[in-house]
Amino acid sequence: MLYREAGQFKTSYGADQAIFPIRQDQIAIALMAALAVLAVPALASEYFLETIFVPFLVFAMAALGLNILTGYCGQLSLGTGGFMACGAFFSYKLTVAFPELHIVLVFLLAGFGTAGVGVLFGLPSLRIKGFYLAVATLAAQFFLVWMFNKFDWWTNYSSSGVISAPPRELFPGIFITGTQADPVTKYLFLLGFVALLALVAKNLVRSRIGRTWMAIRDMDIAAEIIGIRPLWAKLSAFAVSSFYIGISGALWAFVYTGSVEALAFEINRSFQVLFMIIIGGLGSILGSFLGAAFIVLLPILLNNGMLAVDPTISTALVSHIEFMIFGALIIFFLIVEPHGLARLWQIAKEKLRLWPFPY
Amino acid sequence: MNPTALRFGIWIVATPLLIAALGLGFQGLAAVDSSLFFAWGYFIEVLIAGLLQGVMYSLVALGFVLIFKASGIFNFAQGSMVLFAALTMVGFIEMGLHWTLAFIVTAGVMVLLALVIERVVLRPLVNQPHIILFMATIGIFYFLDGFGQTLWGSDVKVLDIGISKAPIIIAEGIFENGLLINSFDLVAALVGAVLVAVLAIFFQYTRVGRALRAVADDHQAALSVGIPLKTIWAIVWSVAGIVALVAGIMWGSKAGVQFSLALIALKALPVLILGGFTSIPGAIIGGLIIGAGEQVAEVFLGPLFGGAIQDWFAYMLALVFLLFRPQGLFGEKIIERI
Repeated sequence: MLYREAGQFKTSYGADQAIFPIRQDQIAIALMAALAVLAVPALASEYFLETIFVPFLVFAMAALGLNILTGYCGQLSLGTGGFMACGAFFSYKLTVAFPELHIVLVFLLAGFGTAGVGVLFGLPSLRIKGFYLAVATLAAQFFLVWMFNKFDWWTNYSSSGVISAPPRELFPGIFITGTQADPVTKYLFLLGFVALLALVAKNLVRSRIGRTWMAIRDMDIAAEIIGIRPLWAKLSAFAVSSFYIGISGALWAFVYTGSVEALAFEINRSFQVLFMIIIGGLGSILGSFLGAAFIVLLPILLNNGMLAVDPTISTALVSHIEFMIFGALIIFFLIVEPHGLARLWQIAKEKLRLWPFPY
Repeated sequence: MNPTALRFGIWIVATPLLIAALGLGFQGLAAVDSSLFFAWGYFIEVLIAGLLQGVMYSLVALGFVLIFKASGIFNFAQGSMVLFAALTMVGFIEMGLHWTLAFIVTAGVMVLLALVIERVVLRPLVNQPHIILFMATIGIFYFLDGFGQTLWGSDVKVLDIGISKAPIIIAEGIFENGLLINSFDLVAALVGAVLVAVLAIFFQYTRVGRALRAVADDHQAALSVGIPLKTIWAIVWSVAGIVALVAGIMWGSKAGVQFSLALIALKALPVLILGGFTSIPGAIIGGLIIGAGEQVAEVFLGPLFGGAIQDWFAYMLALVFLLFRPQGLFGEKIIERI
């Protein structure tokens, strides 16, 4: 009853192409933004901010990146962890070498660096696809993590191989990295940064370049025949995707955990992000966020749930059951709803438009 | 002379030449860079150890090839099937069963698992793109990992079926100190050879084997001559499960039954890229090349890069290979390769 677009006329192409064309959507999104900016920092405790909201935003960024590559361009990648490590270490080296460089600029530069690495490892995609490509990206995963682990240059010859992120300010006096950074500041910075980049991604995928990616994904030969260059489309997808993943790696190391270490970016991280986009929805920006939220929340809920039922349960058992549930959920989603949570959301909206008089 | 024999001949001539060339190359490197060490006896020893290690990779890769041939599914869960089989077997042995009995029971469990996978995962996903099926097998991978460890616990377990691990020294006359070979690896190689022979006979001479080959060639044509696809898939997954069991026993008694067994499956991926996804001999030869290559590279090139290049050497080799020969050494040439 409330969710009707009757009477809302579009009088310009601009209005027709708006991301949220319906007024109710605009109101809802404004409310959500207000909630995220005002209510969450006021109500959520430090613990919730540090364990749920900050990792959620970092993972959402990684999922965005992988979704561009896998969901929109159809190139399966298992190298997400390696590219995240790239972003983390590039930004570390940059911020140590140029301490006066603004931290946001450092993140962006690290993203561009990772994009270059991504293009390099994306080159095989011109000749192969599917799981052949998955193996090629596995090479990236193992090689990159080994490289960051092995060469002390990346950690500035620190003896333990683990380094804490140096403190940096967003504005003078407002720290977003390092130990003196306040969780609320971190959260708000991440919120703004991720929202901005998500907006860029949304506009990328619905513009010309995004349409070429989707054409390649749906049928590469047909796409080539109508004049899309596979080389350009695939490599640009690799570049943009790696850019996002690299930034998420930098955010992970600097803002979330506060320490730069290669072990945080093992192969399991790649699978984790892949699960996010499968569960959230392949080829959907919203899906990246939903999937990230789901995967971040599920282990916490499971942990607390199982501990509430049986306080003596061992942590190993909890993690094994978590594995099982993840696996089962992946299969469940692939069978029942291959388009993930994003599609469920869409269905809910369509239902809502007819509600309460469906006939 | 037919092309197969010709190719075989080329391999037989080329392999020793290649090995000799590699050896000479390393000798040259060692002469230039004093941090490297080279001796012919040692080189051959490392090479043999690598080849035997490669047999172990091949055992895992075989399971992949079987499933890929028959259903076009790239089964990422093969590694966790190896782990699950080994865990189950150890579990039964700990219950007091003799290992032969435990083997039979575990084989039964693997067949059951195959039936369940076919029914619950594969059947609803028929006609989906391969990539979706691939991701579903990643789901199976996670599920089995968790399931096996929930059931049997996650401690490192010892699986001992009485294979001696004593080193054997051969060819003492030719090289100084002779060549040192681990007898366990020899047994593993023997088991691998027997397994391949059995599979070859099964594929070549039995009714089911013919049906399997038909399905591998063309699903629809096989269906139209009355081959039940679902039964065939169940059989293939069962066979792959039993291959996983054998691989699990071998790896388990070599390195202990533990979580990392599931990750050796990842090493089987470059083996497949090298050998070709559809070829059983390819899986064997790919395994040998990867095993020997990574051992030799680790020992003779590793010091140049600071060691531990084993972790990624196989993948990089596969990556380079993909660029030049995407179908692998023995795979069928794929037409769609954009």
